Amino acid sequence: MRPLAFTSRTAPGQRLDLSPLTPDNLAGKTAAEIAAIELGTTRVRVTAGEVFRIREGDPTAVLIEGGSARFDRVGMGMSTGAIRVEGEVGVQAGRLMSGGQLTIRGAAGPFAGSGMTGGTVVIQGDAGERLGGPLSGETVGMSGGVLHVHGDAGERAGDRLRRGVILIDGRAGAYVGSRMIAGTLAIGGEAGDLPGYLMGRGTILLGRGATLLSPTFGDCGEHDLVAARLLADYVAPFSANMARLFRRPLRRLAGDLAALGKGEILLARP
Amino acid sequence: MRALIVNGVAIDDTFAEAFDMRATAVVITAPTTRWAAQAAATMTGFATSVIGCGCEAGVESVRSSRNTPDGRPGVRVLLFAVSTNELQRQLQNRVGQCVLTSPGSACYAGLEAGEDTLKLGAAIRFFGDGWQIAKRLGARRYWRVPVMDGEFVCESTVPLTKSAVGGGNLIVMGASGAKTLAATEAAVKAMREVADVIMPFPGGIARSGSKVGSKYKGAGASTNDAYCPTLRGAVESALGPEITSVLEIVIDGLTSDSVGEAMRAGLAAIVELGPDNGALRVGAGNYGGKLGRHHYHLKDLLP
Repeated sequence: MRPLAFTSRTAPGQRLDLSPLTPDNLAGKTAAEIAAIELGTTRVRVTAGEVFRIREGDPTAVLIEGGSARFDRVGMGMSTGAIRVEGEVGVQAGRLMSGGQLTIRGAAGPFAGSGMTGGTVVIQGDAGERLGGPLSGETVGMSGGVLHVHGDAGERAGDRLRRGVILIDGRAGAYVGSRMIAGTLAIGGEAGDLPGYLMGRGTILLGRGATLLSPTFGDCGEHDLVAARLLADYVAPFSANMARLFRRPLRRLAGDLAALGKGEILLARP
Repeated sequence: MRALIVNGVAIDDTFAEAFDMRATAVVITAPTTRWAAQAAATMTGFATSVIGCGCEAGVESVRSSRNTPDGRPGVRVLLFAVSTNELQRQLQNRVGQCVLTSPGSACYAGLEAGEDTLKLGAAIRFFGDGWQIAKRLGARRYWRVPVMDGEFVCESTVPLTKSAVGGGNLIVMGASGAKTLAATEAAVKAMREVADVIMPFPGGIARSGSKVGSKYKGAGASTNDAYCPTLRGAVESALGPEITSVLEIVIDGLTSDSVGEAMRAGLAAIVELGPDNGALRVGAGNYGGKLGRHHYHLKDLLP
């Protein structure tokens, strides 16, 4: 069965909240009910039918054609099914996801995967700042699932990461993995300044080092870690390149010793 | 006792009686097969019978690096006990003393699912004195305990099955010690090809089959005098004059079917070897069918 498709009619005139367009929420709704779903975020009322040309189909597989940086909260809270976006999205894509798969064939704005607890988010372009991180007032960021960025990620990716795996094939901005509680974060390219800033636990893999490493990490030497083999196998279905990095000899830096100090940065041998 | 004759080997018209047990499995890996096997051998030493060892344990199979969680060579070990608490105690002590200590080792769950779980790394992690690290990958959680050659990686919990069976057996009788041993060895070799079973006695073979009770106070089991050839003239013997040596194979399995399959494989190997080079007769041990609910009739398992 073909997917339930939303094709963008024109560039939106305001930021839109697309969180209602999840398989969980669309199941059992008629075309008219779907068209009447309100997506606006201002006093001007905007419905799904006004923004998108809707083609009926399988609500467990949602397709959004024609992205926009104003498409906010795509896939927010989804627990099952799949959403594919042909284009870019705005802020908080996949926020609070607990299951299913969100694929964005373009760039994503800040807070993609924020607070997600399960499922898989794939961003084929770049991701904005605070990938997987918590919003103001929240104490915990991403706590489960897999978040995979094919491009670069902005500052503070993986902030307050508690559990789950974040893979960034490209470069990461400053403070990647800041305040990490646990979990795994792997960066294929070069990281910005001070990766793992104040991290307590967890693992950060740096494929090409960082522009500046914190002096509060202790060099534990190069090791053949059995745990890295497990990580390599786990990430292999998502990124063969990242799996190869985990299989290289890895220099272990323990830290952040300015905080709890039970985390680690693994530097892949070039 | 009536017997069937198959390829010259007499098969007693009797059955093996086996019992429900609790069981779990772990996969031990190491840099080489030799060291994985060494850790497993140490862990499963002194684990022949629940009567005196607390559990019955053995190596079920050797695994190539393609079939282990961390891509290193490994072995799969099965452990059986009569209660969940005892199985937990034995698992924790044996992995803690024998696998954690073995160079380069790691230890993972060897069952995909079970009715309950046992602590593995979740108990042993305290050896790390606060430096242990947990790593959750999907549904699995591992502990990384720093040790002097690197890290001991150990899965946090392992499933436990309540569908395990212990006490399947074959009693192999022959005209000489050498022939009886040859037949029994052939049977054990064939049984080792069956998945999910172990033969916990030395090399899979027990020479000291036992009966329930003893003339001495405090001994729950004693020598099976009816099958001791040197007592043939002194007791109510189960042996004819042609039998001079008896050996037993005890089989524990994760399922009743696996125990039956192992007994079938063992019987086939003994029958194929024939009486000239192997056994004259095969029997099985039971308690009249009153103690264990699993009965394996030899006539149903013949090739």
